[in-house]
Amino acid sequence: MSEDLIAFSSKADMLEKSKTYWNPDKTQFWSDSGVPLVIDRREDYFIYDVSGKRLIDVHLNGGTYNLGHRNPEVSHAVTAAMQHFDIGNHHFPSLARTALAEALISSAPKNMSKVVYGSGGGEAIDIALKTARHATQKRKIVSVIKAYHGHTGLALATGDERFSNLFLSDRPEEFPHVPFNDLQAMEDILRPRDVAAMIMETIPATYGFPLPEPGYLEGVKKLCETYDALYIADEVQTGLMRTGELWAITKHGIEPDIMVSGKGISGGMYPISAVMVSERAAGWLSEDGFGHISTFGGAELGCVAALKTLEITTRPETRSMVHYISDLIGRGLREIQAVYPDWFTGIRQNGLVMGLEFNDPQGAKYVMRELYDGGVWAIFSTLDPRVLQFKPGILVTPALAEELLDRVEVAIGRSAIAARKAGAFA
Amino acid sequence: MSEITIDLLTEPAGVARARAMLQRAEWAALSFTTFDKASVDRIVAAVAQVGASRAREFAEKAVAETGFGVVEHKVLKNIAMSTGIVETYRDHDYVTPRIDPTAKIVEVPRPAGVVLALTPSTNPVATVLFNTILALMTRSVVVVSPHPMAKRVCAEAARALAEAAVAAGAPDGVIQVVDEPSVPLINTLMQDERTSVILATGGTPVVRSAYSSGNPALGVGPGNVPVLVDATADLVEAARLIVESKSFDHGILCTNESVLIVEESAHANLLRHMTRAGAHLLEADERDRLREVLFPGGHFDTGFVGKSAAEIASAADIRVAPNTKILVAPFDYVVPEEPLAHEKLCPVLGLVRVPTASRGIDAAKAVLRLTGKGHSAAIHSNDANTIMAYGAALPVLRISVNVGNSLGSSGVATNLAPSMTIGTGFYGRSSLGENLQPKHLVQYTRLAYNADTAVPFANFSGLNPWQASTGSVPPYPVASNLVASGSVAQPVSGSLAQHYEPMTNEAAALREEVRRIVIEELRRVVRN
Repeated sequence: MSEDLIAFSSKADMLEKSKTYWNPDKTQFWSDSGVPLVIDRREDYFIYDVSGKRLIDVHLNGGTYNLGHRNPEVSHAVTAAMQHFDIGNHHFPSLARTALAEALISSAPKNMSKVVYGSGGGEAIDIALKTARHATQKRKIVSVIKAYHGHTGLALATGDERFSNLFLSDRPEEFPHVPFNDLQAMEDILRPRDVAAMIMETIPATYGFPLPEPGYLEGVKKLCETYDALYIADEVQTGLMRTGELWAITKHGIEPDIMVSGKGISGGMYPISAVMVSERAAGWLSEDGFGHISTFGGAELGCVAALKTLEITTRPETRSMVHYISDLIGRGLREIQAVYPDWFTGIRQNGLVMGLEFNDPQGAKYVMRELYDGGVWAIFSTLDPRVLQFKPGILVTPALAEELLDRVEVAIGRSAIAARKAGAFA
Repeated sequence: MSEITIDLLTEPAGVARARAMLQRAEWAALSFTTFDKASVDRIVAAVAQVGASRAREFAEKAVAETGFGVVEHKVLKNIAMSTGIVETYRDHDYVTPRIDPTAKIVEVPRPAGVVLALTPSTNPVATVLFNTILALMTRSVVVVSPHPMAKRVCAEAARALAEAAVAAGAPDGVIQVVDEPSVPLINTLMQDERTSVILATGGTPVVRSAYSSGNPALGVGPGNVPVLVDATADLVEAARLIVESKSFDHGILCTNESVLIVEESAHANLLRHMTRAGAHLLEADERDRLREVLFPGGHFDTGFVGKSAAEIASAADIRVAPNTKILVAPFDYVVPEEPLAHEKLCPVLGLVRVPTASRGIDAAKAVLRLTGKGHSAAIHSNDANTIMAYGAALPVLRISVNVGNSLGSSGVATNLAPSMTIGTGFYGRSSLGENLQPKHLVQYTRLAYNADTAVPFANFSGLNPWQASTGSVPPYPVASNLVASGSVAQPVSGSLAQHYEPMTNEAAALREEVRRIVIEELRRVVRN
């Protein structure tokens, strides 16, 4: 081809230029971590390094690729949409945005009323927090320690200092953090009634999916009601059928005041995010609809991708498969755990949301490296590298689930040896 | 302002959903293949019970939707193809490994997996029941794609069976059904590699495309049934049986008699008895009018499929007695250009007179040259030589002797395997030469020892690799720390299948009643 827009003489050449022009630290980090991955081809639940090496993707970018990479149905819908739509004009009522909003609201807990669009998860979180502040006319936002809700201004302040300090973006006076699974601490912070909203991932992903103790989320919701704070459910990673229900928060019988979705919502084909708000919180949309403006928010091509994604995700067949996959992979992992009980110490699982615990503070990094060698891509939890995030797709076939378990069994065995050699675990 | 729609369909409606069904089916099959005999029996019994207890309702709905056939006869078929099938195979086991110490071989049953059932409009619910129960008996899951003319009743029946199966412990997705069948959708299902085997019961085009799909297929071909009556036959009985069989469900079964071939010396008596039994022998002018109406331009008008003799007579402006069950149309030449010699899925019977039984066999062969090779034939005779000669000469794989062919060759009134799917074998371009039965859906992994008797054969007795089903399959995904705490979580969006009422005492009593009726009706049919 005479007009190659992307051309490098080799993988090494590309990595060198990546350091020069893009992100030197991140580029180097992956090489040092034993994951020298430059994703080329991708399809189904497979990604291919430029070398041709195939990996089963159980990272899925936090559920972005729930339906697989370049899901043919989503891909066809977006391709067809491109004959009609572009991003659209964000000021006007739009066919695609309205259709998606209606679909989202009918899929959501009953109290949800309107949808506000963003272009990514961080923006959506900021919209949620701004909405809560408007509705309550209060400023404080409570989140849990080790929380992660994104990297935009307000979202970043809710999260761990790992990311906020770098950019002098921590704001402890307006964004207090309390320990997860601690109802007393939550009550103490809410008691003065000066909190606009409590924001929580239904299962905190970047913290390694620690599971809420039975009754914890329900208790938090009750406290929010008692002390007049809104409950914001961050369902970016736990929503979209990953737990066997479309929205994980419904498994707790909770109707949040605001619910945030992103990542997988548009099938990994075109970025958008969505904030669902209850009538109680939706006031600004009637008072001043120009209050939040986003050129790319709710881009119409993304809406089409999301409509198709939602249709696929809510099929009875899909829900059934998620239950089957959860069961088979859960059982398989427990069998593997029984072989390496001293190293593979725990499994946190709710449907296809899984965190695998290893017996070392950096344990998941050993496992990640061995899995990469063994043809599986899974990532450690940034805020608790003891835990490997393990997120199989919601349309996985029986054959792929079995192949995945076979690879995982070998890799975990090898990682135990590697960790022992490095003196990480006795 | 007109309606605003943006068409983003890139493939025909329903095709993507059909693939999703096969994927769900594959998961269900993976689970079902490990079930033990007791669990399978429980599921099969629950499904058959629904088929039998709602036999009349489904029969009425089938007749209402398709406009074909007779409710009473469809009730009988629905019962025969549900609890009747269970009765027939009560002592069969397609699940437990078989041990042959003499041959030093152990046979482990392995189900087909995902069965795609293409069911016809003529026997809609009976075929859904039959294919589903066969699949379940052998631990396969089934995706039903009904004929578009009968899609509503078939979908309703299949859903009811699915609920019953799941309530009895079957894996979710064990029975699925296509709501809106279309050609591209059926092609997708047939060609998909997740389809293990296709059961094709229907017209020639659907059967041929099943065979060319690239997947294994068990298909039937069309029938065109000759029935020979020679001078040695019990003419009273033959007359009654032929009229009854020809009029059964208004002649809709592919096994119904198409052309009656009678030996000259028996002709007058046979026709007299047939008239008494409800046949109307057409005069030449009546026959000609009927031919015109039934075969406009030489081709059968499918609008007459499964219609009553009275309706057809009226359409041809023929006056018949009110109790007329069949119309008998005499002709001389069994040749392609004689429309009345071809298959007629309605109560019209061709009639040919032959000087000898031997000429009758030739005439029967001529009928089968038109269509129906591999299918079935009938004979009424008490001469073993003639019967044997008939069997050896005709290119069919089953012949009903001194019994009506509708229920004879379909195994309800004979000891052939009761079936809605009549294999036409190599004669009829099919890999299936028998009436479809459970054994055709199961294959065996054979553990074969060294033939040398010096090498010992292990003791396998009592070993069973399968498990009992306990609880719902798959289990509802409960958070792992909740499992540990012993809490019971209720599915938020309801169970995967629809709600199903567990059997009450009243239902159990009904089942017993139905069982009694089945046995009684089957006995009556067999006695007749």
